Amino acid sequence: MLDALGIVNIEDNDVKVYGLQDYRPLSAISIFGRYRLIDFTLSNYTNSEISEIHVYCKEKPRSLVEHLGTGLHYNINSKKGKLKILFGEDYSSKLYNTDIENFIRNMVYIEECDKEYVVLAPTYMVYRTNFKDVLNSHIESGNDISVLYKSVDSAKDEFIGCDCLTFNKDKRIIGIEKNRGRYKSRIISLEAYVMKRELFIQLVKDAAKVSSLYWFKDILNDSLDKYKVGGYSVKNNVSCINNIKAYYDTNMKYCSKAGVGLLRNDSWPIHTMTNDSAPTVYGENSKIKNCIIANGCKIDGTVENCVVGRNVTIKKGAVVKDCVLLHNVTVNEDVTIERIIVDKGAIISNVKELICKEEIPAYVKRRDRI
Amino acid sequence: MKDNKMVAMILAGGRGSRLFELTKKVAKPAVYFGGKYRIIDFPLSNCANSDIDIVGVLTQYESVLLNSYVARDQRWGLDAKDSGVFVLPPRETDESGFEKYRGTADAITQNIDFLDQMEAEYVLILSGDHIYKMDYSAMLEYHKQKEADATIAVLEVSMKEASRFGIMNTDKDDLIIEFEEKPKNPKSNLASMGIYIFNYKALRKYLINDMKNENSSHDFGNDIIPTYINDNKKLAAYRFKGYWKDVGTIDSLWEGNMDILKADSGLDLNDPKWKIYTEDVNSIPQYIGEEAKVSNSYINQGSIIEGSVEHSVIFSDTLIEKGAKVIDSVIMPGVKIKSNAVINRCIVASDVEIGEGVIVGNSKSEHIELVAKSILEG
Repeated sequence: MLDALGIVNIEDNDVKVYGLQDYRPLSAISIFGRYRLIDFTLSNYTNSEISEIHVYCKEKPRSLVEHLGTGLHYNINSKKGKLKILFGEDYSSKLYNTDIENFIRNMVYIEECDKEYVVLAPTYMVYRTNFKDVLNSHIESGNDISVLYKSVDSAKDEFIGCDCLTFNKDKRIIGIEKNRGRYKSRIISLEAYVMKRELFIQLVKDAAKVSSLYWFKDILNDSLDKYKVGGYSVKNNVSCINNIKAYYDTNMKYCSKAGVGLLRNDSWPIHTMTNDSAPTVYGENSKIKNCIIANGCKIDGTVENCVVGRNVTIKKGAVVKDCVLLHNVTVNEDVTIERIIVDKGAIISNVKELICKEEIPAYVKRRDRI
Repeated sequence: MKDNKMVAMILAGGRGSRLFELTKKVAKPAVYFGGKYRIIDFPLSNCANSDIDIVGVLTQYESVLLNSYVARDQRWGLDAKDSGVFVLPPRETDESGFEKYRGTADAITQNIDFLDQMEAEYVLILSGDHIYKMDYSAMLEYHKQKEADATIAVLEVSMKEASRFGIMNTDKDDLIIEFEEKPKNPKSNLASMGIYIFNYKALRKYLINDMKNENSSHDFGNDIIPTYINDNKKLAAYRFKGYWKDVGTIDSLWEGNMDILKADSGLDLNDPKWKIYTEDVNSIPQYIGEEAKVSNSYINQGSIIEGSVEHSVIFSDTLIEKGAKVIDSVIMPGVKIKSNAVINRCIVASDVEIGEGVIVGNSKSEHIELVAKSILEG
């Protein structure tokens, strides 16, 4: 068991997945047909033997609470482990709903915890990493704080608005600035941090004193001179889901033989809540090409380059291309749809074609009828 | 707490030797079925969906996997207070030495103390190796309405098939007057499904008498039911309408799997009102590749399909490579089928590997071929 408290942090207000986020917190947005974003963060924690976990929720907790349940499906030990879902409780203004505000309001639980270290990570960065290695490297380095990062060559198109790091030659972080998409190569902060719990508490309290609008990353930026802040490079693939296009692109990136290979890893399973759906049934007329498909679907149409969630029905004669379909979506006979994200429970019928040619895919609302 | 306490007892000790290698290391109720399930998921889910709280599972043959599998009662929602799945293999007791279960009735007799302790009013006897969906609470209502001593679920089969079953001959009120095991010239087409409801108090006496009877084979069909009939006890036949199948042979196991692909078979496994619960494995979603062809098939999560799959049932985490063809077959979990291999009318057992270009099975074969060992070259 790792001597660290795992905190699942909220994302700042610049991160906004249009549409989907109107109904659920970002952490509960479904991805790759079968998972929700938080599954990746929590699986990183539990696979690293972090047994005490605090999940913060900014707003609309219903679907997140339902999905997390007791945490048994994440392999959190039902006696020795702990899973807490925490929130700021003050929704008076979005502006004030910062991670620092959330930590302050729940400080008693952070202080009560007897783990020596804290691991902090948001849910909108999707990757695998072993926090055992992170913690060992952190201890070895003598850093006060280690920041997980990924060096990328795609910073003009992806990771826009994320923090990027500047290191000095002693591998110490000396600057943090926003990625505005001006440069190709950037060192992107995954906004995941490791430090002693005592230091974490200190920083949170300091931040609250400076400004009510401060986020943890702001106080970190202020503290680069005061503390030794280093980095930990994540080698695995990292996807950043900070807007609807990134959400769509990430789904599509994994919808390939290579992408599925990234998901499939027996020694590092991605845990999720299961729901007893039967296997997917393919009808006589089904033509499927390059798709990720969850269980419980009934498919009798043509489906190409799609990510299909649980219990989706695609009827005979329907043509679905380059789409992300969430749970319980129905596409009726002879409907053609292209490049659309269809939210949970929507029914598309009686239209001939719904084709999006824009760079940003179209979005069909939850339980909508078209 | 329920008003009437009906305790279900699932007989799951049988080997199912006609399933050959599939039951070499596991009992028949633990054999895979329907892309995701094991056979015993059906009676267990039926119990859960029928609001039965206490389920005893009587195991004997190769029971290690089965015991731990059924004991995880939260899988079936049988983990609330006052409910549970109790695994009941033969055991050594204070009164007697250690004896294995000598027959279906003896398995219950040896657990009379368990039924006493559960304060059973009714006992539902089930077998752990049939595929069907049935509301046992409706059967109990019928049993009470008929004021019967025992009620036996029956299925109308064709007269031609009737000689393969235990047949119940009934009067005009559907009360049973005669039981014939596999009759040459059947008088009725009501086949026993091996599902019984007994009033526990009376059954308890019959079981104890049967235990003392040296000439008895200690079997419900052969001994207990005939004794009930001889004693003029009131036995009601409960007519079941719907899908039911004994999957005791390779051919019938294959047929049962294929029935899922028929829209009109009456076996809908994704009915939200009557779900079949099972162990949910931690797999990725399924992936259907660029060159794949999939039609008329049932495919579970974790499978990667790059070849062609036609009229088949594919379990979790299988790999079907480019150019491979799977036709009219059942592919169990973890199977790897390499490129250009062809599988036709087969059941491929779990974790088997079929090598590149290997051809197994035949589209014209009378029987289904069981592939239980890897075939790397063909």
